[in-house]
Amino acid sequence: MSNSKILANSVDVYYGSKQALFGISMDIKEKEVTALIGPSGCGKSTFLRCINRMNDLIEICKVSGSIKVDNEEIISDKTDVVSLRSKIGMVFQKPNPFPKSIFDNVAYGPTIHGLVDSKNDLEEIVHSSLKKAGLFDEVKDRLNEPGTSLSGGQQQRLCIARAIAVNPEIILMDEPCSALDPIATAIIEELIDELRLNYTIIIVTHSMQQAARVSQKTCFFHLGELIETGETNKIFTNPDNTKTQDYITGRFG
Amino acid sequence: MNNSVAKEKIVSLRKKRSLEDMRFKYYGFTAMCLSLAVLVFLLYTIFSKGYTAFQKTIVLLEVDYNQDVLKLTPDSSDEEMEKGKFFRVKKQAIENFFPDLSKSDIKLVKKLFSINADNEIKDYFLDNPEVINTKQQIWVTAHSDVDQLLKGNSRRDVPEDRRKLNDIQLSYVDQLVEENRVKQVFNNFFFTKADSRHPEIAGVAGSFMGSLFTLFTVFILSFPIAIGASVYLEEFAPKNRITELIEVNISNLAAVPSIVFGLLGLGVLLNVFGLPRSTPLVGGSVLALMTLPTIIIACRASLKAVPPSIKEGALAVGATKTQAVFHHVVPLALPGTLTGTIIGLAQALGETAPLIMIGMIAFIPNIPTGLTEPSAALPVQIYLWVESAERGFQEKSAAAIMVILIFLFMMNAIAVFLRNRFERKW
Repeated sequence: MSNSKILANSVDVYYGSKQALFGISMDIKEKEVTALIGPSGCGKSTFLRCINRMNDLIEICKVSGSIKVDNEEIISDKTDVVSLRSKIGMVFQKPNPFPKSIFDNVAYGPTIHGLVDSKNDLEEIVHSSLKKAGLFDEVKDRLNEPGTSLSGGQQQRLCIARAIAVNPEIILMDEPCSALDPIATAIIEELIDELRLNYTIIIVTHSMQQAARVSQKTCFFHLGELIETGETNKIFTNPDNTKTQDYITGRFG
Repeated sequence: MNNSVAKEKIVSLRKKRSLEDMRFKYYGFTAMCLSLAVLVFLLYTIFSKGYTAFQKTIVLLEVDYNQDVLKLTPDSSDEEMEKGKFFRVKKQAIENFFPDLSKSDIKLVKKLFSINADNEIKDYFLDNPEVINTKQQIWVTAHSDVDQLLKGNSRRDVPEDRRKLNDIQLSYVDQLVEENRVKQVFNNFFFTKADSRHPEIAGVAGSFMGSLFTLFTVFILSFPIAIGASVYLEEFAPKNRITELIEVNISNLAAVPSIVFGLLGLGVLLNVFGLPRSTPLVGGSVLALMTLPTIIIACRASLKAVPPSIKEGALAVGATKTQAVFHHVVPLALPGTLTGTIIGLAQALGETAPLIMIGMIAFIPNIPTGLTEPSAALPVQIYLWVESAERGFQEKSAAAIMVILIFLFMMNAIAVFLRNRFERKW
């Protein structure tokens, strides 16, 4: 049995006076894929963005409670957000490569963190990150072309490579396939399966099939509450809660 | 409702709607034609009045570079040649301009030549010192009155006492035309000389350079300040009352009449700080203050237009806020920022009132070479020439308007070019 990587304890999130998350407690294991599912507006993305403090960007967002990553509290004013984010990579819903070359996209993270001393090192990191993201063979001849010239699925894998390049331990994925076609989706799903060996992955998804395919653990959110969490197999075959049952069988949401 | 009745209603309404479409199309078309017609009329007026300023009249003069008259020898050094008595050879040349001139007629003939003729005779000699003791046929600039007469800008059928040239002078001019001793050539003085009391040698070079120095000052001052202010307001400022107040007041400042900024320059920059009057430094500072709000508003708009996902992407790989902003947001906003700045500069280029307040309306007969030298600016130069009584300045002012318009078009073209060249699509 693997260890706890992220431990959330009664996390409340408010947008202004509106409460978006109600006392979320969760235990996320190392080197597993955890899927967060639930209907739109249920707070799963909000929870995801608490883990790397992306919610800081939203001025009216207030987070309380406790989230511990490797036993370190991150919901605190003392948290070093920048190093937290270098430890926790994030892939967004819509592919958002920088309008720079493919190489520069991946190289940006290692460069600002000073992970490399020489041009060769940088090249190596970029190449290995692209390989890990399964993109290298497709782009190795055109690393100087803009990242935005790639197809949607390739762009998303570029973003994954960009996240991997700073050597994170956790990767957060916020509906990474919602803007992609089925083939690109399949490629990304395969990739997630491979990445699981080295990274702890949390993925928000609207597609229950996707959650069933890629994850080991599934958490079901509804109206800002965590309804049920458990082994993916169990959630999809024999959930404890009737709401979960209704949702996965398509009765609402 | 009955199905066929509903269908009929839809059809009749559809007709009304398409009529509405047509009407609006024609309104728009008419409005566009109207504004185009006004523009064409304006340009035509300026061009038809001003194009003659690009030509000047020159007269053929036979100059005898006699060494005794010049008080020079063929062995004289360059410095001595500078001091040669060229006005004497000019005087001699004019006395012999027509055969058998009386003393009073010589005075009249002298007035057919520009005051600059001395210099032209001298320059010719300095360029070709070997012509000493020879007679040379030299084309020298004619007086503005002759120039205007030959261009048809001043009439000869008005009574003699209301004319610049009297009957005797007119007959001499006619004689020159007949003998082909007068012609019109490209007016290089207009582009190489500064302002002058004499229309035939007045040019826009001085005020053009003044405008360039002024715009340079505006750019140097306003661009960094505007970028700093807009980046701070857009990305770093806390969203509170004070920030809101500042934002509202920037918009208010953009609407403040320019002459108020001129008063500020007069009161603060000149009187309190004692900066040199009439200089591009002060003019540029005042115009920078005036254009800052405009540029800040444009900068903020282009910063806002950068998709937040780019910044998020940078933050998510662990960039600090400053890094995310300066590595990603600002470079992407730069084309829009530059465009806004150029449009602000174009606004500054055409501004007259604040420059008058800080004394850039002074008569400056030389071309400025620095920010702290007194100089004129193009719009003020136009204002000065329009006010002048001399007929020769009328075409000059129209021509100067052409120069400023071309300057503006070029700046706008650069803005459009930058926007098309560097704007990125997402």
